[in-house]
Amino acid sequence: MLGLDKKDTSLLIIVAILTLLAPFILNPFPAGSAMAQFNAGYPDLMQRFVIFGIFAIGFNILFGLTGYLSFGHAAFLGVGSYSAVWMFKLLSYNVIPAIALSVVVAALFSLLIGYVSLRRSGIYFSILTLAFAQMSFALAYSVLSNPKFNLTNGETGLQVYADDPQIFHRDSLPDMPHLFGLSMRSTYKLDIGAWSFDFNAGYYLCAVIMMVMFYLAIRIFRSPFGMMLRAVKSNQQRMNYTGLNPRPYTLAAFVISGMYAGLAGGLMAAMDPLAGAERMQWTASGEVVLMTILGGAGTLIGPVLGAGFIKYFENIFSKINDTILHQWFSFLPDGLEDFMVFIVHPFIGKGWHLTLGILFMLVVIFLPGGLVEGGQRLGKWIRNRGKGAAEAKTKHEPAE
Amino acid sequence: MGILEVKNVGKRFGGLQALSDVNLSVAENTVHAIIGPNGAGKSTLLNCLVGKLIPDSGSVMFDGQSVLGRAPYEINQMGISRVFQTPEIFGDLTVLENMMIPCFARRDGAFELNALPSVGSQKDVMDQAMHMLEEMRMADKRHMHAAAMSRGDKRRLEIGMCLSQQPRLLLLDEPTAGMARADTNNTIDLLKQIKAERDITIAIIEHDMHVVFSLAERITVLAQGTPLVEDTPENIKGHPKVREAYLGESA
Repeated sequence: MLGLDKKDTSLLIIVAILTLLAPFILNPFPAGSAMAQFNAGYPDLMQRFVIFGIFAIGFNILFGLTGYLSFGHAAFLGVGSYSAVWMFKLLSYNVIPAIALSVVVAALFSLLIGYVSLRRSGIYFSILTLAFAQMSFALAYSVLSNPKFNLTNGETGLQVYADDPQIFHRDSLPDMPHLFGLSMRSTYKLDIGAWSFDFNAGYYLCAVIMMVMFYLAIRIFRSPFGMMLRAVKSNQQRMNYTGLNPRPYTLAAFVISGMYAGLAGGLMAAMDPLAGAERMQWTASGEVVLMTILGGAGTLIGPVLGAGFIKYFENIFSKINDTILHQWFSFLPDGLEDFMVFIVHPFIGKGWHLTLGILFMLVVIFLPGGLVEGGQRLGKWIRNRGKGAAEAKTKHEPAE
Repeated sequence: MGILEVKNVGKRFGGLQALSDVNLSVAENTVHAIIGPNGAGKSTLLNCLVGKLIPDSGSVMFDGQSVLGRAPYEINQMGISRVFQTPEIFGDLTVLENMMIPCFARRDGAFELNALPSVGSQKDVMDQAMHMLEEMRMADKRHMHAAAMSRGDKRRLEIGMCLSQQPRLLLLDEPTAGMARADTNNTIDLLKQIKAERDITIAIIEHDMHVVFSLAERITVLAQGTPLVEDTPENIKGHPKVREAYLGESA
């Protein structure tokens, strides 16, 4: 179907079902129950899942296929966001021109940075991209924000003000990002018994775009171009002596992944019309690297899983506080309860990065292929267990 | 006038004069061997031919065109393919994919953004690659990871990859280095067969005299960065200067 083989088609269908039914899948616990804090099916978080999914899918085209590790992709995300907000300020709150411009500007920006950075490979390439991203951050944070020429609005972040031109804005249109009148914030709430499910217009826009981008990524992975990118990773020397110039291949991959990042940035602004410089900081670039490696670099579904995994932990773990911990451990004797809370405390709330760090370490050590490898091993283990209990024992996997 | 003309080539690395005043003419459709003791400058000369090194002086002409200053991929597109001392293949890719890449390079040139059709839909390239794999007698291994193959198979694959570009000049850098006798003989047979079946010029750098005398029609002896003598294998065998330089015997 759609020019894909059977395996890829079923993968695409699974992803489509999961994203379309996400409001149900992510809200398994009844609202108001003690477990409701583990529900992730609210619009803000679901939007972030798919937006960072797009970001990671694009990053994986560069890193997973060519092995070039960019530490500056957040710069393209940020540039995308700024472009989108400028479209809101100048034209109207319609998201289509905003998203289109964010992709175009990110493409030009990544062409420039890629052209310079790709003169080197390996660690030098990573450092160059990091340097460019930090320069972009500095530009956005202070240099391009002065009274004479205010492109980024510095520390405050770029936002839409009442006196902005917005030449196509009409009073009948919503006063927030919309798709031809359909507000991105409009949410339909479905209550079934104790459960409550949110269907948000912005989420579905992002979800559809992510599915299209995922489909495009599959096509790229399976194309001759994708094969050339894997050849770059495998042996550049042989490529050179086979009459192929690796430079334009890597540059094309860099620009494509930059466009994915710009698209993600544009969508972020479309969900919440605000762009700040912190979006371009090196931690943001590092995050997408973590997502890709955690999920499984070079695999199709890995980056999406990694993005979902990290965003889930960021939002859920960081919300747990000591009061909640005391509730959980209340069945223990007083002294022991306090002790347990003391032990767990550094890993929750603001300390969730510690949890993420440990998880990342475990995955890299025990599952170098990321969550995808974990899934494959689990599948194999289950199949082997079916064959015989004795055989399963010898194939015990440490990470499971 | 040979297909490859090297004139007065010199190359210096710091204090070491690696090549000085090298003249070499490789005639079309012959097998030309370049031999010499370690450090004679054989590999430096080869690197100057394929664009990895740029000589300090002199000229290198391939089929009437200068190769100097061109990138390795451009020189390859002119019709020169190179086989390395340790097989350089795409280890992470399958054998079939390895063979398809040079076929793509031949069809599409140095760069082509062919990002939407699937690899499987490129029937012409697929057929060419399968054909060459059959000729190399490794079609049954096409789904193997190239890195998992034996040294001899990797060498066959690399030679096959070079041939699938239909080069006019094939450069071989010690193709049998580190091989067992049986593998060496297989490689000799393969090269003989290649030569018999197509119009191709082969230049070979080799240490193993058995290989050289089985294949070469002309031999150039290089010593201390300069060609000592160039002649037919029969004459080289008994040449006193060669014995002196190469075997360390006093004439």
